[in-house]
Amino acid sequence: MRMIDPRFRRLVVAAVGLTLTGKVAFAGDANSISGAGATFPYPVYSKWADTYAKETHVKLNYQAIGSGGGIKQITEGTVDFGASDAPLKPEELDKAGLIQFPVVMGGVVPVINIAGIKAGELKLTPDVLADIFLGKVKKWNDPRLVQSNPGLKLPETAVTVVHRSDGSGTTWIFTNYLSKVSADWSKTVGGDKSVAWPTGVGGKGNQGVASYVQRISGAIGYVESAYATQSHMNHAKLKNRGGNFVDPTDDSVQAAAKGADWTHAHGFYMVLTDQAGAASWPITGASFVLVHRQQKDADTGRAVLRFFDWGYRNGGAAAKELGYIPMPTSVVDQVEKTWEKDLKDSGGQKLWPANKQAGK
Amino acid sequence: MNLYARRRVVNWVGLTLSILATLFGLFWLFWLLWTLFGNGLQWIRPRLFLESTPPPGANGGLANAIAGSVILTIVGLGMGAPAGILAGTYLAEFGRTSRFGWIVRFVNDILLSAPSIIIGVFVYGLIVLRVGHFSGWAGAVALALIVLPVVVRTTENMMRLVPDSLREAAAALGAPSWKVTIVIVYRSALPGIMTGVLLGMARISGETAPLLFTALNNQFWSTDMSRPFPNLPAVIFQFAMSPYEDWQHLAWAGALLITVTILVISIAARMLLRRTRS
Amino acid sequence: MSSLGAAKQERESESPDAPGLSSVGVRSRSLGDRFFRGLTGFFAALVLLSVFGILVTLLAGSWPALKLFGLKFLASKEWNPVTGQFGALAPLYGTVITSLIALLVGVPVSFGIALVITELAPRWLKRPIGVAIELLAAIPSIIYGMWGLFVFAPVFAAHLQPWLTNHLGSWPILGLLFEGPPMGIGMLTAGLILAIMIIPFMAAVMRDVFETVPATLRESAYALGCTTWEVVWRVVLPYTRVGVIGGIMLGLGRALGETMAVTFVIGNAHDVHLSLFMAGNTISSTLANEFTEAVTPLYTSSLLALGLVLFVLTLIVLIAARLMLMKMRAREGERT
Repeated sequence: MRMIDPRFRRLVVAAVGLTLTGKVAFAGDANSISGAGATFPYPVYSKWADTYAKETHVKLNYQAIGSGGGIKQITEGTVDFGASDAPLKPEELDKAGLIQFPVVMGGVVPVINIAGIKAGELKLTPDVLADIFLGKVKKWNDPRLVQSNPGLKLPETAVTVVHRSDGSGTTWIFTNYLSKVSADWSKTVGGDKSVAWPTGVGGKGNQGVASYVQRISGAIGYVESAYATQSHMNHAKLKNRGGNFVDPTDDSVQAAAKGADWTHAHGFYMVLTDQAGAASWPITGASFVLVHRQQKDADTGRAVLRFFDWGYRNGGAAAKELGYIPMPTSVVDQVEKTWEKDLKDSGGQKLWPANKQAGK
Repeated sequence: MNLYARRRVVNWVGLTLSILATLFGLFWLFWLLWTLFGNGLQWIRPRLFLESTPPPGANGGLANAIAGSVILTIVGLGMGAPAGILAGTYLAEFGRTSRFGWIVRFVNDILLSAPSIIIGVFVYGLIVLRVGHFSGWAGAVALALIVLPVVVRTTENMMRLVPDSLREAAAALGAPSWKVTIVIVYRSALPGIMTGVLLGMARISGETAPLLFTALNNQFWSTDMSRPFPNLPAVIFQFAMSPYEDWQHLAWAGALLITVTILVISIAARMLLRRTRS
Repeated sequence: MSSLGAAKQERESESPDAPGLSSVGVRSRSLGDRFFRGLTGFFAALVLLSVFGILVTLLAGSWPALKLFGLKFLASKEWNPVTGQFGALAPLYGTVITSLIALLVGVPVSFGIALVITELAPRWLKRPIGVAIELLAAIPSIIYGMWGLFVFAPVFAAHLQPWLTNHLGSWPILGLLFEGPPMGIGMLTAGLILAIMIIPFMAAVMRDVFETVPATLRESAYALGCTTWEVVWRVVLPYTRVGVIGGIMLGLGRALGETMAVTFVIGNAHDVHLSLFMAGNTISSTLANEFTEAVTPLYTSSLLALGLVLFVLTLIVLIAARLMLMKMRAREGERT
């Protein structure tokens, strides 16, 4: 057997070593853009990316690692854009040198797995919901649940709470709502992307929560509405501020979103939980994308903007199909004006509108 | 009951429990393999190898993840195996009795059993943070660090199996020691060394944790190792934990692929090893 | 998997004291020789550097958290990224408890398997059983995780957990371990799956050390009229005690660091419960779930501190295991 010449082997080792230690320049490849963050919009972003890649050959690689991760990655610059359902306050945006803009809106839905209870049958009041997640309601035939659900056969199964184990914008929206409707919750737990849950099991991402709720009998969790529909899960009705028990449908989320005043939202900071209105879904939120004000690579920056512009104009149908609410055109115009005003490349040139630029 | 009878009962109980324990162990193995084949085999289709990972609700395959894993394994092996062979050579030829050799051997065993997630964290700090983003290279380095101790150990053992008389004979004929090692010892120990490389390959084919914060993942076909890189274990992790049925099916198919690959490599390694011994 | 064959290989390597090239008399310090020795020595040193590098990276990264929390870090149950309060107690507790369960179930089973292979099985059966056990070791941990979540957990929730709650739940102290809703996932499930994972490693080491017992010793015991059980329990085991403990610690080291098998079924809850049915967390599953999402430097630093704790823990266990196994081999060397 002929031996591999050891000199050749050493050469290979040295070459590999050099490649590792040497500085490798990464030109922003305008043919692929990377994003990371919220699992909330993941179904719609990934559907858009699939169609967009077929049309333009530009690939979007989106890693759904949670809003917390998205904020971290974009701040550190390890991805081209970050996605978060927890909007950053204007001061935080300034400090990190980012801008944020909303892309879709959607509802957060309590999903349940109780034997014999079908979708939309269980009615939950805000205080009972908070107490379930506080661990105070231990069985499904708790008197308070029986009271708000006359005629529904509630079994004696134990309640298992399923929450997020990762830093999540969905959690932010959900706990924001709970803080508003329960003084107890606001005092002991509070609202943020990651909280000290008094009880329950942690799932990773919206998918993880959905997955656990599907498997554990007697479980209750909270997921973005697209996940509830896609995984054929049973949701519960919630009582809104108007006093009605509503289902999380397109109309109820739309009704909640209607009250949003985007023109006066500084930095597009917007919270849509517990909105007034007879038909509003109480746990609604927008999903945001974060990009750097100063883009180090103009090609990549523009590619990101082009993708979301495409999503605004052509992705509405896909978003609706998945249960999201696309942004109204007035907001889209407002967003793109912000792009033009605030986003610059390293030379100080404007990044948007893209077709006015020379070259690609 | 008298002493003899009691001892016989104790013996009977002990042996029965031991046999039950063995059956217990084998039971899990069969249940696992049964589940794996039962759930995965039906989803092994040509599409699996031709299409890339789909978004939820669409049809697709695992092509990019499979290719990515193959590339990562080869690159990781390409970095870790030569380094391991050379280090093992040192231990076998120069470090048999020295204190340095003893320390390296000891530390190598530690590295062998170290939690692979810690290696992932290490490479994250070493490469991902410095470069600024996840990359296939970082993933390959993490895998190389896992292969390294495996290859070091087997290389050293295999080379020590070569009798010293061969070395002495070559030296007596005037060969410099490096030539003795390369021409004589390597040639004899090669099957054994290859076994070690195969074992290392089997080991890294199934590793997930070290890739989680180094190569991350990529839902598209990509051969660009300087960016997040698709790999099968990360895809399986993501798809298995999802609530989507078609993703779960792909996860089972991928799991079956990995297991079969590892088993095939392990069998090849054992056959090679048996050839060395004979 | 290589640690399985390693013990065997080491016993077979020729006269461990033969000096090899360095003292065979080949003293030619030609350039080629020096270069070769230097090159191979460099890569040997690389092994040392890697482990050293891991330790340094972990220490440096976790320093901010450790400086802030001090030793309280190990005793605090809090894990609140919002307020920036982190404590290692919940993951540490989970790591230790799941590994303990794994040992409690795994050690007797491994012992039984080793006994069967060495004493009971007819010659034609020894190899297949050995191969089957090695197959268990070859299966990657993510498969165990998936199987655990999809197959084992539902069966556990539907049948085993209610049985345990009904029969043991009412016992005074032991009953507290089996309280809570039968979720299927949780500490007990994770511990059981870990047990299945480490059985092959421990069984292989035990089998190898059992086989080192000189035939004369065993045969003398049989000649004196000992039953098979007595031979193993009173002759083989005491002789190999150190090696067996080394093997157990090797299994423990593996269980402590296992990530994928545990992450699927542990439930990811930063909590300390007495009940084994409840969800918990281990250090490795915390790292796997939260590392890429740690937003603040303190969060990342706390995670690295967790990693440091795990690394130190496994280091201690592995060093102890290796030392014991080396002592075992030395003893064996004396007798040859």
